[in-house]
Amino acid sequence: MLLTEKKALIGQLKKDLLVWQGVPQKSADVLPMGLGPLEEAFPNGIFPRGVIHEFVSFDRVGGAVSCGFISGLLGKLMCNGGICIWISCFHTLFPTALKSFGVVPEHVIFVRMEREKDVLWAMEEALKCEGITAVLAEIHHLDFVQSRRLQLAVEKSAVTGFILQHNPKLLGATACAARWKISSRPSQLEDGLPGIGYPSWDISLLKVRNGNPGCWQMTWTAEGFEPVTKTRQEPSDWAQSYLNQGLA
Amino acid sequence: MKKRFASLWFRHLKTDWMAVGHPQLKGIPFVLAIPNHGKLIVNASNHLAEQEGVYPGLAIADVKAFLPSLKVINERPGLTEKLLHSIAHWCIRYTPVVAIDPPEGIILDISGCAHLWGGEESYIRHIGQRFQQHGYDVQISIADTIGAAWAIARFGKENSIVKANMQFDTLLTLPAQALRLETSVLERLQSLGLKTIGSFATMPRTALRRRFGNHLLFRLDQAIGHEDEFIVSIKPILPYEERLPCMEPIRTAEGIELALQQLLQAICKRLIGEGKGVREAVLQCHRVDGKIEQINIGTNRATAHEQHLFQLFALKIAQIEPALGIELFILKVPQVEEVDPVQENLWGNRIGLDNPKVTELLDRLKSRDPACEISRFLPAAHYWPERSMKTADSVREVATVDWQIERPRPTRLLRIPEPILVTAPIPDYPPLLFRYKGEIYTIKKADGPERIEREWWIEKGEHRDYYAVEDEKGQRYWLYRSGHYDDSLSNQWFLHGFFA
Repeated sequence: MLLTEKKALIGQLKKDLLVWQGVPQKSADVLPMGLGPLEEAFPNGIFPRGVIHEFVSFDRVGGAVSCGFISGLLGKLMCNGGICIWISCFHTLFPTALKSFGVVPEHVIFVRMEREKDVLWAMEEALKCEGITAVLAEIHHLDFVQSRRLQLAVEKSAVTGFILQHNPKLLGATACAARWKISSRPSQLEDGLPGIGYPSWDISLLKVRNGNPGCWQMTWTAEGFEPVTKTRQEPSDWAQSYLNQGLA
Repeated sequence: MKKRFASLWFRHLKTDWMAVGHPQLKGIPFVLAIPNHGKLIVNASNHLAEQEGVYPGLAIADVKAFLPSLKVINERPGLTEKLLHSIAHWCIRYTPVVAIDPPEGIILDISGCAHLWGGEESYIRHIGQRFQQHGYDVQISIADTIGAAWAIARFGKENSIVKANMQFDTLLTLPAQALRLETSVLERLQSLGLKTIGSFATMPRTALRRRFGNHLLFRLDQAIGHEDEFIVSIKPILPYEERLPCMEPIRTAEGIELALQQLLQAICKRLIGEGKGVREAVLQCHRVDGKIEQINIGTNRATAHEQHLFQLFALKIAQIEPALGIELFILKVPQVEEVDPVQENLWGNRIGLDNPKVTELLDRLKSRDPACEISRFLPAAHYWPERSMKTADSVREVATVDWQIERPRPTRLLRIPEPILVTAPIPDYPPLLFRYKGEIYTIKKADGPERIEREWWIEKGEHRDYYAVEDEKGQRYWLYRSGHYDDSLSNQWFLHGFFA
């Protein structure tokens, strides 16, 4: 058998596998998230909905940045009037900021639980509820079993889940569809204008199920996400070391 | 709450009713008669007969002598009660508590009802007009006490309202009969020349008691409001409560679940029939040893959804300690609210806050952990960051003002701003670097100042000059300087938030 034939065969098999796993085909009725080249990293080039996305942050600014990026995604997901449930152990999110990321703050229900165990329980309950568009939980640690439970919950209801891990001691394997790390990068100002300009981020997609991890640079403008670079970049130093050996 | 009562007096109750049923009786004098000691006695006369001098108590034979044209109809026994009952049932539309007051009256407990008709005046005007349209001659009055309302309906001006706490002054001019006294007492008062209530109401109580007995004082106190008077509503308001006694004491969780399901089924059936839903429910389990175990639930929106209520209770069944067994289950619903079942079906599959599944989810979260806070934020008309939002009171509340997003706002806002040390050129330039928790951050880009004044009518203090700054890694912070630059104050700078 020729090499090209083999390649074609394997390519076809991979496509079939994606269909069997329930990954939607690219079509006109699936709205893009506006992430530009980043979306090509996902299977079939579609930002996966109805799965769990995991975000990691290592300091307070990192948490704030991740919240901003997720709000940008939520704005796209909730544009049809859907609602989001934001579960955490503390109240530090400033709802006014959500508005500038395209989310209607009135459509976000904030739930503050006393213990982290209850946060995960509440998230699982919320993920099973079909009337909700997205659920976001802020926790400190997520293990494989917990992530598996959450993943099973979304498979029935097709709610999109976001887990924001603050300062995880150990980043183990999880059943989440993607693991992100968002960090800020100096913003670019036009022609030496004063001020601080639009927020600019380094987006590292550390893990993607059936996709290609990588790094992208993105700016949030008044119109939404705007990729700084048109192509995928190799993972940065930190991400590279993470990919090689995991986080100590 | 202050009680208000309305007394309705039908002067010609029975004859009006006859005239309504028999139009040929209109315009002619007629009486209703009952046999008494072998002769017919007038029991009720219409107003035309009264004009001719025919009053209840006269013998028909005597009346016929001076008014041969008088029409006499035999009265059916028990007519008064029957009429009053049906009128009282009709009056339920005006208040839920209606009592009959034989022989010719109805008493309404109108506390908290009159405003629905635009105040007490239009309330009694409305009732009076409806009765007149039906052909009944009615006098209505409203007062704080049943006694006063009764008196003024019968002896006062037509359709009068006694203002709150004014019943004593109003009663003074009325005759003694207005106090609902026994005939013997009335006669004694009459013979002593005490014709109005005012002539004896201010006399020493001991003297009144010695001469006229306790009953006079009791009635006087009832009319003034010193003594409580109760009425028995013709349609008592049933509490939302279901009971389930058990043949054998229940000790297992399955048993409690079965009992709960039965109780919920019964109460939801009733609630759905009445168009109401549960906001709060309590399950009381009476144990064999006399103790009562109870669990309660609350909902975000009125619901009569059996399955959902069961799920809420099911989360708490483990808290019940059955000990030797439970012999009686009582399900009480202390708080109900109207629900619109049509609307619920209509929005059943809608995305968003109207979806009942979402409110059911919030109920479940709340009942698992009562300490959890569930909030939704609406914009408030304040520039001061801490006050720029407020929590929504209900799922249906909508924003009345817009969110202020002209200037960038941080995604994370610190509850209490944290003091920082800065190096900043004076007087109003952004800082060059700042020290926060032992680390130094060099500022590369900055935006500001944005001055936000403290709202002096709410609290006192300095204004804030906010700067949005970015350090060399691109991390963004929201800093402010409190008040004007002042040499004497060492620390005026604070960190208030983190930008995305």
